[in-house]
Amino acid sequence: MTGYAAVVAARFRMLLQYRGAALGGLATQTFFGLVRIMILDGFYRASATPPSLGFPQAVGYVWLGQATLALFPWNTDSEIRDQVRKGTVVYELCRPLDLYGLWYARAIAWRSAPTLLRMIPMFAFAAAVLPALGLGDWGLAPPAGVGAGIAWVAATVGALFLSCALTTLAHVGVLATLGADGVPALMATIASLLGGMVIPLPLFPDWAQGLLAALPFSGALDLPARLYVGHIAAADAVWVLAQQLSWTAILVVLGRWLLARQTRRLVVQGG
Amino acid sequence: MAQIVVENLVKVFRVAERRPGMMGALAGLVRRRHREVRALDGVSFHLDAGELVGYIGPNGAGKSTTVKVLAGILVPDAGRVEVDGRVPWKDRIVHVARIGVVFGQRTQLWWDLPVIESFDLLRDVYRVAPADYRRARDELIELLALAPLLDTPVRQLSLGQRMRCDLAAALLHAPQLLFLDEPTIGLDAVAKLQVRDFVRRLNRERGTTVILTTHDLDDIEALARRVLVIADGRVLSDGSLAELRARVSRERWLTVDVVDDEDAAEIGDADARVIERDGHRVRLAFDPQVVTPAELIARVTRRHAVRDLFVENPPIEAIVARLYEGQA
Repeated sequence: MTGYAAVVAARFRMLLQYRGAALGGLATQTFFGLVRIMILDGFYRASATPPSLGFPQAVGYVWLGQATLALFPWNTDSEIRDQVRKGTVVYELCRPLDLYGLWYARAIAWRSAPTLLRMIPMFAFAAAVLPALGLGDWGLAPPAGVGAGIAWVAATVGALFLSCALTTLAHVGVLATLGADGVPALMATIASLLGGMVIPLPLFPDWAQGLLAALPFSGALDLPARLYVGHIAAADAVWVLAQQLSWTAILVVLGRWLLARQTRRLVVQGG
Repeated sequence: MAQIVVENLVKVFRVAERRPGMMGALAGLVRRRHREVRALDGVSFHLDAGELVGYIGPNGAGKSTTVKVLAGILVPDAGRVEVDGRVPWKDRIVHVARIGVVFGQRTQLWWDLPVIESFDLLRDVYRVAPADYRRARDELIELLALAPLLDTPVRQLSLGQRMRCDLAAALLHAPQLLFLDEPTIGLDAVAKLQVRDFVRRLNRERGTTVILTTHDLDDIEALARRVLVIADGRVLSDGSLAELRARVSRERWLTVDVVDDEDAAEIGDADARVIERDGHRVRLAFDPQVVTPAELIARVTRRHAVRDLFVENPPIEAIVARLYEGQA
């Protein structure tokens, strides 16, 4: 296990150094958070029947999504895309480590380090700065209760494992398509839409709710955020964790199987 | 017992063919045409522990493919491969822990990290015991003169510096077998000499088995006692450099510098062939069994005012080029 742990630790340390990227991300995510809240505000004012997710809850949902954007499985690691394109991925196969495990370990560091860097200033902005500016309606309220707060933390950790399984599956897809842009593009669209990054999932029509909850994407943001804002009772956190962990297990098995198939018929770019 | 056994190795790549032009591109959307490339077509050789073998051939001959199969990265379509009694791609993780690999065109160091941190990471990845690691690391740092580079991020290193660091990175876990895939590519003369010196010492002093693929035949001349020549996925020749020369041609070259440029135009001999005439320099090719070097020199110096002359073996490039031609 030490090999994988060393990879996580080294990448984590390295990613923590990217202050510029963190600041840039923070600014962008704040901007998009405000834009999305303004749009939602318009819809909520115009809506005849109020949705089950109240406006303050929807605002909280959006801010949690923006704060944990780096955790959300909507993109792929440019270093892995480069490795596949340039063929440096052969070195990864020269390591006495399992390639899936190595990529999963990299994903853990790549998803968690920037999230930790951005989350706290983001929370400070949404929960303290906005109310201080008199925009309390657009700010992030505290969790629905102590239980909701604890449930959110647990579900966010679950979201990390799930998100890394989805990310690694996408990396396997990148390897299968020799670094083409198709897999990342598809992933960005599908995961953002079905994961609640575009519109909070509770605002989708009722007939879609069962399907959306069953798909893996809801576990990455939607379910944890609903625990936080109290749209799902803290007592039901067990079911959220079960959804996340069972999808993680399925996706890991699928990813490993596809990767094993891929490496058997690997063609190394550039001889 | 042989450390490496390769028998009838075959690797076929299926490559999608692109048809030219807009219509071709559209047709390719509907139906793909595939072409089979036999990168390895029955390669066989044995290697004993402690050997240093040069593996040469033109671009696309199958050199890198062989190395990648031996390193456990690629799975061949047919044939038998054993390294230390293991099948590389079946026992990949155990296998790669005991080999070192350097691909000259790619680096295994982490681009954004200082060199020493890449080394420390490799220690953990290969689970090298701390004492063994310190010994190996300090020795490599000294042998390759890496001390001033250790705190530099890899992206700021020159190619020669990077290659020295990559060599060290491949050897931190003290492998008994080292694959070098074009380790001197793109390096300047000084850096090439450093790399060659290091590889020679590694092989002689530690007995590390080395397989060296290269296009630079000076590498081979400087290092390899045994040369495998491969073209179109087949082994054309396997033996010492001297045997390779003897097999292809006994030819030797006499280079003559004359005092007077006009004189140079007239130099020639019934038993030798003029292969180059450049100003006051003339190069003759001859077969020492037809005319001895002493006799040829005597004839030339009798007729012309010679300033300097020397006899040499044709460069290995010429030999190998002829070997490839013979195949075509």
